[in-house]
Amino acid sequence: MTAVLRRPTAAAPRARGRRRMLPFSPRHIALIPIAFVFAVPLLQMFLAALSPSAELIQYPPPFIPSHLTLSGFQRLFAQSDILRWLGNTVIVSVVAIVSNLVLCSLAGYGFARLRFHGKNFGFFGILATIMIPTQVLMIPTFVMFASVGLTDTLGAAIVPWLASSFGVFLMRQFFLSLPAELEEAGLIDGCNRLQVFWRIVLPLAKPALATLAIFTLLGAWNDLVWPIIAINNPGAFTLQLGMANFQGVRRTDWALLMAGNVVATLPLVLFFVAAQKQFVATMTFSGLKG
Amino acid sequence: MVTHTAVLRGSPSRARARRLGSAKRTVEGWGFVAPATILILGLSIFPAAWAFLLSLEKWNGFSTPTFLGGGNYAEIVGDQQFWDAFGHTALYVVLFVPASVLAGLVLALLLNGRIRFVGVYRTAIFVPFVVSPATTGILTNYLFDQQFGIVNHVLGVVGLPQQGWLTDRHQAMLVIAIMSLWGSAAFTTVIYLAALQDIPAELLEAAAIDGANRWQAFWKVVWPELAAVTVFVTIWQTVQATQLFDLVYTTTRGGPLNATETIVYYLWDTAFHQFQFGYGSAVAYVLFGGTLIVTLIFVLVSRRRSSEVI
Repeated sequence: MTAVLRRPTAAAPRARGRRRMLPFSPRHIALIPIAFVFAVPLLQMFLAALSPSAELIQYPPPFIPSHLTLSGFQRLFAQSDILRWLGNTVIVSVVAIVSNLVLCSLAGYGFARLRFHGKNFGFFGILATIMIPTQVLMIPTFVMFASVGLTDTLGAAIVPWLASSFGVFLMRQFFLSLPAELEEAGLIDGCNRLQVFWRIVLPLAKPALATLAIFTLLGAWNDLVWPIIAINNPGAFTLQLGMANFQGVRRTDWALLMAGNVVATLPLVLFFVAAQKQFVATMTFSGLKG
Repeated sequence: MVTHTAVLRGSPSRARARRLGSAKRTVEGWGFVAPATILILGLSIFPAAWAFLLSLEKWNGFSTPTFLGGGNYAEIVGDQQFWDAFGHTALYVVLFVPASVLAGLVLALLLNGRIRFVGVYRTAIFVPFVVSPATTGILTNYLFDQQFGIVNHVLGVVGLPQQGWLTDRHQAMLVIAIMSLWGSAAFTTVIYLAALQDIPAELLEAAAIDGANRWQAFWKVVWPELAAVTVFVTIWQTVQATQLFDLVYTTTRGGPLNATETIVYYLWDTAFHQFQFGYGSAVAYVLFGGTLIVTLIFVLVSRRRSSEVI
């Protein structure tokens, strides 16, 4: 499906002269059950969300509901603040993505192309932060947020996602791979650096920007740690925090809880299916940063 | 700017002009990088340094902190609950890391190259990667519910005894490891797929010409080429695994009988329920230091091994 994955590769040599006992690749025999097992949890989630709730607490539970109903969703919308949480999560994600795209591409360009005092100091500082794990930051960040009044506001969920060392690193690598001649031509034509960056360089950076946007979306949309630590106010709950807390209240109403899961997951799943190539590129690169 | 310097070249005030140019470049450069750099350093280096200072103090977040020196670290050594959490985390690492590396390798070998329906298989295996820990946790509670869960139902259908799963202190961590694997197998698979693409086809052709069968070709050609990636994903997954928190929070909350209380869960509980900010910071630093040491050992051992091979 992706261009990278399509080219014939070393580890899968074409069956050259190999005797074929089966009319299809034996790999299907392994892949069909594996893919099925991987698909079952989400299929069950969608089915349960559309099931009559009584059927989910009878024994034995049916694999497939007798009929489909939206009553789980109706109860979800009536009994929880799901739309508000969804709105909050959308706000967090959009702000995080826009901020990352702007700040990380500016910084990545600066570190890749400009020469100035303190450049190495700044860049190695950013590289060093990649090693610092979240749990070291939890307590001081909470105290910092509390002292500036960010706790219990949506800001506590947003601020940790405004810029990332991953993003700066990614964009720097990308800009280093571009030929500098285009930019020099722009400078000679009288553009200043910002104009060169905005008009010449950024339009070429779409693949890297897509990777960064997906990385940030996955992180910000799915984040649970920062909201858990810093948000106790139901009005500022994100989807993840709202659902995590809500399941304690509605422990056996599985149709309702799975409906909430669908609301939290469906946007990302659809997005993944539509842009699988970019997601895979993001996952590959996010591993290579280490 | 280019014409500007050209005019000034050779003039007596050249040095001054260069200084001005350098000052201008510094302002311009920092104009580009400062916003992201300040945010990133301010939200990681600064709090990380602060956390280290906190780890030397006793502080509940409100009163005046008392300086303890290494007191918190000394207390950790004798803290049974910390060592229990360490044991639970180690159990999770042992259950999760080898399985996730092996799953990534096997899935990548299966999905690599031309095969029909590969898009369908890939989508089924990769989609769980975008599912959040909160959703995965709630879904885990549903699938592994002792009474109404589909997993026990399937066991019943094939005639096996029902299990306690998340309510059984010997099984709860296994369930969490299984669902982590479900969500993250895509990651190791993608890394291995990228590594497989990088193996030059000539290597395998040469092996085939030399009469190697597929099994030999894998062990003699493919596997050595994957060694560096295997070290990398093992380290990466180990570091991730030692930080397990979200999935515990959304499933067992550390239970039953503390059987799934990991180090980070213990740290979170210590800091944000008991408000021991100093002690919590010390636990965070012990984990950070431990992770660094393990990573270093991994890297050194794998370097020595690969140099022996060569």
